[in-house]
Amino acid sequence: MRITPFASSLVALAAAVSLAGCAANEAAPAGSAAATSSGATLTGKGSSAMKAAQEKWVADFQTANSGVTVNYSPEGSGAGRSAFIAGAAQFAGSDRALKDEEMGAGKFAGCAADSSALNLPVYVSPIAIIFNIEGVDSLTLDPATAAGIFAGKITTWNDPAIAKTNPGVTLPDGNITAVHRADDSGTTSNFTDTLNALAPTVWTEAASDAWPAAIGGEAATGTSGVVGAVTNGTNTIGYADASQAAKLGHVTLLVDGKKLTPTADAASKIVDASPLVKGRATNDLALKLDRTSEGAYPAVLVSYVIVCETYQDSATAKLVKDYVGYIASSAGQQSAATAAGSAPLSSAFQAKVKAAVDSIK
Amino acid sequence: MTRPVTHETVTESGDQGGPGVQATAADDKRRVGDSVFRLLATGSGLTILVILALVAAFLVIQGSPALLAPAETLKTQGYGEFAAWVAPFAFGTVWAAILALAMAVPVAIGIALFISHYAPRAIAQPLGYVIDLLAAVPSVVFGLWGTSVLAVATQPLYLWLNTHLSWIPFFGGQASGTGRTILTAAVVLAVMVLPITTSMCREVFLQAPRLHEEAALALGATRWEMIRMAVLPFARPGIVAAVMLGLGRALGETMAVAMVMSGGRNITFQVLTSNNPNTIAATIAQNFPEAFGLKTNQLVAAGLILFLITLVVNMLARWIVARRAEYSGAN
Repeated sequence: MRITPFASSLVALAAAVSLAGCAANEAAPAGSAAATSSGATLTGKGSSAMKAAQEKWVADFQTANSGVTVNYSPEGSGAGRSAFIAGAAQFAGSDRALKDEEMGAGKFAGCAADSSALNLPVYVSPIAIIFNIEGVDSLTLDPATAAGIFAGKITTWNDPAIAKTNPGVTLPDGNITAVHRADDSGTTSNFTDTLNALAPTVWTEAASDAWPAAIGGEAATGTSGVVGAVTNGTNTIGYADASQAAKLGHVTLLVDGKKLTPTADAASKIVDASPLVKGRATNDLALKLDRTSEGAYPAVLVSYVIVCETYQDSATAKLVKDYVGYIASSAGQQSAATAAGSAPLSSAFQAKVKAAVDSIK
Repeated sequence: MTRPVTHETVTESGDQGGPGVQATAADDKRRVGDSVFRLLATGSGLTILVILALVAAFLVIQGSPALLAPAETLKTQGYGEFAAWVAPFAFGTVWAAILALAMAVPVAIGIALFISHYAPRAIAQPLGYVIDLLAAVPSVVFGLWGTSVLAVATQPLYLWLNTHLSWIPFFGGQASGTGRTILTAAVVLAVMVLPITTSMCREVFLQAPRLHEEAALALGATRWEMIRMAVLPFARPGIVAAVMLGLGRALGETMAVAMVMSGGRNITFQVLTSNNPNTIAATIAQNFPEAFGLKTNQLVAAGLILFLITLVVNMLARWIVARRAEYSGAN
């Protein structure tokens, strides 16, 4: 007797799931039957780093185009990429571009059979090194010292290496608690990449989403967890999206005699200064970030929107072009800067992204 | 709170001495009700087995790609070789639960005894409600409290313990600067397992045969001696069952641990440092959002390990209870 309702609920669940699956796949053709402006749905999934920005873009876009629905679920970059590859999402948000081996014609279920994908950087956000030290308001570190602190090689705040770059600051003799992300994160990946690029002799680990297990230190869940741990602890240091840690002190990085702070201008410079990944299609804008480029704040997170070169139907393609086109426009970038504290792309780079978006079929 | 009637005093009546020769229509009606109820009860029993089997099947099917994958593949596409990866988390899960129970069980038994045998009725009843209320607090709230209040408040104490008692291995290492240690997590877990353990112990203590208690008192036993001779032996299997329920909660607790503890991937008995072994449940919760492909499978496989740990712990407890059955006053 009890099995029946259980079984029937299973059936109902299965039916609901399969119906939802159908709906996701068929939304675009349904939209194409009517005018593009009404009833069309665009589904995106991925990076939680650009959640606030995507929410703002979706709101702006839906206000401007009544009847269009854009869904962006911030389930994480990995989930977004695999959903895009499986065709469950029409675009993905990802904290890294697809790798060479992930690219290729016909590898994406949602795209046309001969289509590869395009990686378009649309969201640049500086990662601040945040600190909470008794009696210290501003802190300047060179990359090797910062790497030494996070690697656990420098353990007290009055270490000569720290004192050297902070003349006139009274540093306590307390132990350093370096806080990192407990969960896999694009922020960690970009931050460890920065340490590795700027201080390769001190930070020998390669960039990875997960904090290197060999290094240890204090772990906290999510950006809010890191910010909370640094705020509540004593003599703590951590790293977090600059816009989410406005109340804490931000470390000034001293790179080759230049003082760099996590500002929007200094962060977006790196995008202009970095070369594109070699061997990609003309319109693929995957960046090989050059974190040592002069005058650019090195610790930035660049998030991509990943789209098809050619969609299976023109209605979806048009919707994607309109939406991503808005994201990469001056208005869209400014809107995200206000809502999420991101660094707007330079107008030169906006033009590059626009050219790539225009090529989507 | 009135004492429930004990088993011994229930008179044997009912089935045999029933209505006997009665109208057959009423008899048939009752038989229909009987069989319907039997079916419902059997169905419920089967449902729980089916659900458990489905969960186990899910864990095995989804986890097997990671379990079967060669170590090299796991290193590139997963989190690294499975056994070495999961061992610290399995250790952390059990270690955190043991610490939590070490704190919670004595307190729970104390509260339960106070309610059942010491407190005046006017206090016992509200206290029981308050304890039960604690069970309704969501774990996220416990997590928030743990990380933003408890950790901050206990950090100076940890520093003191670390400075003065670091010769005790547990308190060695470098004390955490935030207080987000496995000890704080264990305190939060202890608070979370307290309600379920307390209410079950209380019920068991209330079931202790009144005649035994009165006999003990009549022989000149003090109240504590009476509890030790008449209540605790009778209640032992119940206490073990209550502890097991609490242990289940502590082993599986996710959110609070993920929020409170600074978890890593190392095996250590030190409880005051930043490098604590994470628990399996917290690891899954923290990494699942960004996991894909083989990583997802590996996390599910870790879930399977947690499932097995719980199973083994429960079986162990049953075995202990069964072995000790002859000592209890229940029979």
